Amino acid sequence: MLKKKGSKGRQSNEINAGSMADIAFLLLIFFLVTTQIAEDKGVLTVLPPWSDDEPDITKLNERNVYAVLVNANNDLLVRNEPMSARDLRKNAKEFISNPENRPDYAEKPEKAIISLKNDRGTKYETYIEVLNELKGAYNELRNEMSERTHGKPYEFLDKAKQRVIRNKIPLIISEAEPTAFGEEG
Amino acid sequence: MGKFNEGKGKEMPAVSTASLPDIIFMLLFFFMVTTVLRENTLKVDVVTPKATELTKLIHKTLVNTIHVGKPKENYQDIYGTAPMLQLGDKVSSPRDIPLFLENFKTKVPEKKRGLIISSLKVDGDVTMGILQDIKTKLRQSSQLKINYSAKTQEQK
Repeated sequence: MLKKKGSKGRQSNEINAGSMADIAFLLLIFFLVTTQIAEDKGVLTVLPPWSDDEPDITKLNERNVYAVLVNANNDLLVRNEPMSARDLRKNAKEFISNPENRPDYAEKPEKAIISLKNDRGTKYETYIEVLNELKGAYNELRNEMSERTHGKPYEFLDKAKQRVIRNKIPLIISEAEPTAFGEEG
Repeated sequence: MGKFNEGKGKEMPAVSTASLPDIIFMLLFFFMVTTVLRENTLKVDVVTPKATELTKLIHKTLVNTIHVGKPKENYQDIYGTAPMLQLGDKVSSPRDIPLFLENFKTKVPEKKRGLIISSLKVDGDVTMGILQDIKTKLRQSSQLKINYSAKTQEQK
C-alpha cells in the first residue's frame, strides 16, 4: 500500500476538471429536453355575442335544424328521438351531409344548424361529450371533403383552402338558454 | 504595438477551465429558480373530462384560465361544498368575471386583445348551471373565444 502511493500519488494529485463543464452541460440539456411544461388543450368554441333577446329558431326551416336536448339525467333527445351519445357522431354526419337526399335532413351542409339545449342540472361531462361528438362529426366531414378534393387531410391544407372547406361546411351551434328542472350541485 | 508582443506572446499559460463547471452550474440554478411551472395553487378540485377533438393553446400570454369545481376539503369550511370558480388565486363567483377579464386585458398589448382566449378548466361532475352563469358573464363582457379544457382520449 505504501509503496503504491509513493510511486504514483505525487505526480497526479490534481484531477482534470476540464470535462466537468461537459458533464454540467449534459445535465442541463437533459433537463431541458425532458422537462414538460403542462400544456393546455381543449375544445375550442366561440360564443355568440350577447344580445338581450333570444334568437328565434322557429323561423328556420325545420329540416335544417338538428336539435339536441340534454336533460338533467344526462339523457339525449335528438330530433325528438332518444339517442345514446355514442351514435350521435354518425347520425349528425348523416344529417349534415345528407347523402341520400332525404327530405327531412339538411338541404345542404351550409344550411345545417345545430341547436343545443341542456338543463342547469346536466353534468358538464355529458355536455362536453355531446359538444365533442358534434365537433367531431364536422371535423370528419371536412376531412372527407378535403381528401376528396385535395387528396390530403384537412389539417395539412393551407389556410386559404381550409377556409373554403370551412365555408362549405360551417359549424353553427346555437345554444338556447337552459331549462332549470334538474338539481344543481 | 510591437513591444507588447515581444515581451509576453510566446509563453502564455493555458486559460484555466476549472471554473467553467461553476459557471454552467450557476446558469442551471438560475434557470431552475426562475422557471415558474404553476402560477397559483388551486383551491378547487378540477378533473377535466376527456375529449377527442382538441386544439392546443399555443400563446400562453393570451390565455386566461377560469377553474370551476368543488372547493378542496380544507377550504370547505369557508366556501361550502357547492361548485365555485377560481380566478387567479381567489375563489370567487361569476360576478367577479368582468373585472378579472378587464384586469387581464391591461396586461396584453392593445392590438392582441381580440385574440384573448378564456380557458375553462371545469370539473366533469359540475352541473351546467354555474357554467351557464359564467358563459353569460363572458358573453356580456364580449369575451367570446373560449376553450373547454379537456384531456386527450384514446381513439376507439
